[in-house]
Amino acid sequence: MTATAGIVFRLAWRNLWRNYRRTAIVLAAIVAGIWAMIFMIAFTRGMIESMVSDGIRSIPGHVQIHHPDFRNDPTVDNLMPSPGGELAAALGGEDVVAWSSRVRVPAVISSERGSRGVTLLGIDPVAEVPISFVADDIVEGRHLENERDRGLILGRRLLERIETDVGKRVVVMTQGTDNEVVDRGFRVVGVFESEIASTEEAFAFAGRAALQDLLAIGDQVSEIAVLGKNRREAEQLHRRLAETANAEVEVLPWYELNSYLGTTMRTMDGFVIVWIVVIFLALSFGFVNTLVMAVFERVREIGLMMALGMKPRTILAQIIAESLLLLAIGLAVGNILAWATIHLLSDGIDFSFVGEGLEIMGAASVLKPSLGIKDVLLSTAIVLGLGFVASLSPAIRASRYHPVAAITKE
Amino acid sequence: MSITLRLAWRNLWRQPRRTWLTAGAMVFSNVLLIFLIALQLGTYQAMIDNTLSAFSGHLQVQQAGYKEKQRIRQVVPRIRDVAEDLRSGLGLNSIAARGEAFTLASSESRTYGVLIIGVEPEFEPRASRIPSLVSEGRFLDNPDAPEIVVGDILALNLKAQIGDELTILGSARDGSFAAAVVNIVGIFDSGVDELDRSLAQMPLEFFQETFAMEGAGHAVVINAPSLFEVEAVAEKAKSLLPGGQNLVVHDWNDLQPGLRQAIQADLIGSWFMYGILVILVMFSVLNTQLMSVLERTREFGIVMSLGLSSGRLGRLVLLETVLIGLIGLTLGVALGGIATSWFEAHGFTYPGMEEMASQFNIPDRFYPDLNAISLFAGPTVVFVGSVLAAMYPMARLHWLQPVQAMRSA
Repeated sequence: MTATAGIVFRLAWRNLWRNYRRTAIVLAAIVAGIWAMIFMIAFTRGMIESMVSDGIRSIPGHVQIHHPDFRNDPTVDNLMPSPGGELAAALGGEDVVAWSSRVRVPAVISSERGSRGVTLLGIDPVAEVPISFVADDIVEGRHLENERDRGLILGRRLLERIETDVGKRVVVMTQGTDNEVVDRGFRVVGVFESEIASTEEAFAFAGRAALQDLLAIGDQVSEIAVLGKNRREAEQLHRRLAETANAEVEVLPWYELNSYLGTTMRTMDGFVIVWIVVIFLALSFGFVNTLVMAVFERVREIGLMMALGMKPRTILAQIIAESLLLLAIGLAVGNILAWATIHLLSDGIDFSFVGEGLEIMGAASVLKPSLGIKDVLLSTAIVLGLGFVASLSPAIRASRYHPVAAITKE
Repeated sequence: MSITLRLAWRNLWRQPRRTWLTAGAMVFSNVLLIFLIALQLGTYQAMIDNTLSAFSGHLQVQQAGYKEKQRIRQVVPRIRDVAEDLRSGLGLNSIAARGEAFTLASSESRTYGVLIIGVEPEFEPRASRIPSLVSEGRFLDNPDAPEIVVGDILALNLKAQIGDELTILGSARDGSFAAAVVNIVGIFDSGVDELDRSLAQMPLEFFQETFAMEGAGHAVVINAPSLFEVEAVAEKAKSLLPGGQNLVVHDWNDLQPGLRQAIQADLIGSWFMYGILVILVMFSVLNTQLMSVLERTREFGIVMSLGLSSGRLGRLVLLETVLIGLIGLTLGVALGGIATSWFEAHGFTYPGMEEMASQFNIPDRFYPDLNAISLFAGPTVVFVGSVLAAMYPMARLHWLQPVQAMRSA
C-alpha cells in the first residue's frame, strides 16, 4: 500500500511539470487567490480585533454590574452599595485581573465660554488603570492622584469646544438625589486624547469620592467594571459573578453591554467562511479546467497503464493526488506570501484619510492585520476539502476508461 | 458572417467543456459583482438619505467658525429674513431657519443636558424628517408658544410624558442666564439614537426670546431636490447671502464628514475584493487561451506557411476570446440581473442586521439598487480584463516560425 502511495505521489509530481506552463498559470492563480484570501481575513480580523479591544476599553471591562434599572435610567436614583461580602470575595477570584467601582452620571460642564453635556465618571484612578483608557491617554497635565482628587480630566475636543484649559476652573452641574440640581467648581487637571474622537467629547473623569460627596450618596456606586483574563473567557466570568451576586443587581458581559460589538464579532466568523468559499469558487473554474485538460491529453497513457494492470482505483487516486498536490503547493506559497505581506505591514496601515468614517464603524484609523492560526487551518481545510470534491468528476471519468478504447483513441 | 468569425466560433466548440468552464468563471464573477455593487449602491443611498434627512440636511448656512466652536454668539442675524430670501431666490420650500443652544433640561424627577433647536414650525417639516417622525402627541404649530418636542430616549430618561413641563436652563446670547418653562407637546422617534437621546425642538420665535437672540439664529438648513443638485444649489445660495456678515454654506460632507469617509472606507475593502475576482478570471482566460494556442501550434504553422499572416491568426485568437467574453457577459448580466432584481423587490437580511443597521442609520433590510451602473460596471471590467489576458497567447503567434511549428508534435 505504502509503495503504491509512493508511486502515485511521484507520478503526480512529475505529471504536474509535464506541461509546466499550464501548471505555472494555475499555480499563479491559486497563489494569488490564497494570498488575497489570507490577507483579507487577517486584515478584517485585525480591524475587528481593534474595534473590540477599543470597545471593551470604553465600556469598560469584560463584565459590568449595575442596579437593574440603571441601564434604562442612568441616574443617581439607581445606585447600588459598594461591593461587600460575597460579591467582594467573588471579585477577588483568580479569573479577575482588575475591577473598579465607578459613579456614572449625566452632567453639564460649563466654562465662562460655553457648556456641554457629558457623561461624568467618578473613578478610583489606581484601580482603573488596567481597565479603561484614561490613564494611558493623558496628553497634558496629570492624571487624578486618588479617588479623593478634586480635579477633573476632560477630552481634547471638549476642552476646545468650551474654550478652557488645564489649570482653569469649570462648573459641573448634575442631578443630585431628589432631582436637586447640584453644582460645584472643578479645576481641570488633565486632558486625554482618544483614537475615537467622539469619546473626547462624551466623557469626563473625576475622583469617585469627590463625586460621591457632591451628589451626597455616601459610598454608593453606579457600576462595577470587571476585567477578566481575556474577552473569550467573559462568558464563564459572567456566569460566576451572576451566580454570586444577589437579585438586586444586574450582571452583564461585554457582548450584551455593547450589542453592536458582539454582533460584529459573530458576523465576522460568517464573513471568513463566505470569503474563503467565494475565492475558492472563483478559482475552481480554472482549476477544474486544468484537470479536465490533463486527463484529456493522457487518455492513451491512462489506457496503457490500465492495460498493464493498474486498477481504476489507483487511477482515481492518481488524478486526485495531482489536484491536491497542486492545491497544497498553492496554499503553501500563498500562505507564505500573505504572512510576509502581513509581517511587512505589522506597523499597521494608515487609513486616517477616512478616519471619521472608520469611527462610525467604531474602528481606529491605523489598522493592523492580524493572522490567526485558526483562520489559516480553516482556509486550508476548506480549500483542500472543496478541491477534493471538484477533482472527483475528472478523476472518476479517467478511472472509467476502457483500456482498449482508450489506447486506440487518436 | 466573415470567415474569421466562423472559424473562431467553431474553434470554441472543439473543446466545449473548456469553453464552458472559462465562461463559467466569468458568469460566476459577473453575478457576484452585479449583486455586490447593487447592494453597495443601495446601502450607501440609504445611509446618506437617512442620516441627512433626519436632521442635518444637504446644506447649512452658518456663520464661519460656528461648525467648529458652536458658540451661541456666532449667529446668522435676522435669520428668518435670510431663510425667506433663500426660499424665494432658490425657488425651494425645503429651507428652514434654526437656532441651537446647549441647555440643562429638568423634568419633575430628572435632569439631562439637552441640545435645544429653535425651528420654524411652518417650514421645518419640509426641511427634515423629525417633524414627521413624531410618534406621540403632535409637532409644534405655533411660532412663539412655550412648547417643546423631545426625542423618545430623552423622554424616557427624563421620565416625562406629553403634557409635562420641562424647565430649561442655559446661557443666552449676551451671556446672561436663560430660563424657560415649556410644555411637552410631542415625542419623536427618528431611529438615530444620538438624536433621540439628546435633541429637543421648540418654536424659533420662543427660542429667540428665551436666549436673547434678537432675531438671530445659527443655521439655515437647505435641502436640494436631490443629492446630485446639491452643488449647484450651494453655489446659488452663496450668491444670495447678505454680504459683510461672514456667512458660509456648508455641504453635507462638511456637516457629516464621517458619512462620506465611511463609504470610502467600505469602498477600499470592496475594490480589493473585486480586483481579486477579476484577476482570478483573467488567469482562467489566460490559461485556456494559452492552451488552445499551444495545442494548435502545428495547425497554425501549416496555415501560416500557406500564406496566412500572424496578424490574422492573432485576430482569430482575439475573436475567440471576445466570443467567450460575450457569452460570460450575456449570461452573467442576465442571471445577475434576475437574481439581484428579486432581492431588490424583496430585500434581505441576516442575523445581527439590526445592530449593524442602527450603527449605520440604514433600514433593517438590505435593498440592492439595480441600475445601469450596478448592472454593467462589473461585467464590463471582467470582459476587458479577459481580452487583456489573451494578449500574451496572441503575442506568442508573432514569434511562431512556420517550419518549426509544423514539425512540433
